[in-house]
Amino acid sequence: MSNYLKLAVLGVLTLFAAVAANYARDLAYMVHAIIIMIVAGGLFLYTLRKTDEPVAAVAAPTGYMDDVVRYGVVATAFWGVVGFLVGTFIAFQLAFPALNFEWAQGMANFGRLRPLHTSAVIFAFGGNALIATSFYIVQRTSATRLFGGNAAWFVFWGYNLFIILAATGYLLGATQSKEYAEPEWYVDWWLTIVWVVYLVVFMGTIFKRKEKHIYVANWFFLSFIVTVAMLHIVNNLSIPVSIWGSKSVQVFAGVQDAMTQWWYGHNAVGFFLTSGFLGMMYYFIPKQAERPVYSYKLSIIHFWALIFIYIWAGPHHLHYTALPDWASTLGMVFSVVLWMPSWGGMINGLMTLSGAWDKLRTDPVIRMMVISVGFYGMSTFEGPMMSIRAVNSLSHYTDWTIGHVHSGALGWNGMITFGALYFLVPKLWNKERLYSLTLVSWHFWLATIGIILYAASMWVTGIMEGLMWREVDANGFLVNSFADTVAAKFPMYVARGLGGVMFLTGAIIMCYNLWMTVAKAPAKAEASAAVPAE
Amino acid sequence: MDMYTITRQFADSWMLLFLFAFFVSTILWVFRPGSTKEYRDTASSIFRNEDAPAHDDTEEART
Repeated sequence: MSNYLKLAVLGVLTLFAAVAANYARDLAYMVHAIIIMIVAGGLFLYTLRKTDEPVAAVAAPTGYMDDVVRYGVVATAFWGVVGFLVGTFIAFQLAFPALNFEWAQGMANFGRLRPLHTSAVIFAFGGNALIATSFYIVQRTSATRLFGGNAAWFVFWGYNLFIILAATGYLLGATQSKEYAEPEWYVDWWLTIVWVVYLVVFMGTIFKRKEKHIYVANWFFLSFIVTVAMLHIVNNLSIPVSIWGSKSVQVFAGVQDAMTQWWYGHNAVGFFLTSGFLGMMYYFIPKQAERPVYSYKLSIIHFWALIFIYIWAGPHHLHYTALPDWASTLGMVFSVVLWMPSWGGMINGLMTLSGAWDKLRTDPVIRMMVISVGFYGMSTFEGPMMSIRAVNSLSHYTDWTIGHVHSGALGWNGMITFGALYFLVPKLWNKERLYSLTLVSWHFWLATIGIILYAASMWVTGIMEGLMWREVDANGFLVNSFADTVAAKFPMYVARGLGGVMFLTGAIIMCYNLWMTVAKAPAKAEASAAVPAE
Repeated sequence: MDMYTITRQFADSWMLLFLFAFFVSTILWVFRPGSTKEYRDTASSIFRNEDAPAHDDTEEART
């Protein structure tokens, strides 16, 4: 019976998308309508072929639902390489403008590729990593199978459809010009649906848990899911100009819009890139170190302090703007206060290794996790410092900000995700060990040296351009034109691009290593074969 | 008074007090007597049920 309902919905959706493709007012909308038509039409045929067919009686699956996690791991690795590749390419576009090819104007120039890069690494790489690890962790720590059956599949495929729509939209020019929230109205609506299902699957699993206490990693994941839902909806309040076009108009205007955007933007960092990834840290570091977290009490204080304070820090993105001074002072003060819980969490992660520090010598995976926590500590010190108004007057609008973001994103998010992938792949494919630890070491050093090249060159060029912008001569005239600063930055831009090449190379080595782990590493020989892999 | 002033006054007084009290209470709650033992058990829950869910017949997922 439910198949008939599915068929009706999919049929109407396919028809509507076909009509929309016909009436489309812009190219991005037309391409999206065609994508939706193909996906919905394909699902229609798939469902049709199964309808009214005899169903073989299968016992309800009982083990952990790991196949969706496996897909998530593959998607994470794939989108990671795509995102790093685009990032490295646009880094060289800045150094060598000729790479903005004439034949690809309006599609593959820096302005179009930049949001593709940011969304690919944050939402595609990071998002898939978060969905996969949260599904893995919530099952293990709740000792129960994922709630909602195929809803988890809907979350995975729905989220990746969102990424495809977002990425093609950027290249074709559909953007609402909000940083990290560029997708237009219908893509936002789709993500809202997917996200609510994600919340239901996650909460449902927690509700039917067999453990008494909810492990702290799940608290972090839950705050990530709930807060991102709230941020996403409020920041994307917009009215479409036409149902047949991608353009929409924001409900907020002026400084209110700016404040909403950076309330969203900073909490995307706080709850997407910090809270969710802390969930990974609180599971994978103790697991890899084979000892419980250093202080569980500290982890709870870390959680509550982080979510109480992070939400107020957004205004520090709007120093010296039309935003009232009290608001930007509030953002600045909370940013500085935020330093303490962040370092509490860092200490908690690092001290988990106390008594097992020797593992750093022998296990490159835990080395990766530890350096990621180190970068977490470094960028959560740098961030509060840069949010101080006097420092911000030098750093804002310069490449220092870009360097800060990347020490956090490549160092903290990237490294902890790599560590999680190295942990997960042998477990999920039932292998005894990774294919090669030497290759993990290669990845580790390439990535680390790449980040250092990146961050150091951005510090130099950022502070340099900040100082050049404010330099005045004896008569009060500015000494440098903007183009002077661009010319002076060239060597650092090349160094940054090389850092990106090293980081990308490391990620490709990781993909090879993970592939060979699945293909060649010896299978785990033990009694767990009685549990069917699902 | 207009909506902004009313909500703003509420935010500056009772809501601020409530959030602060809630936050301080969570920290005090963490250090309640007997928490150390409970948290030690919770912290090691990640080492249970690695490969398969807990059975329904056991009250809790302790192995």
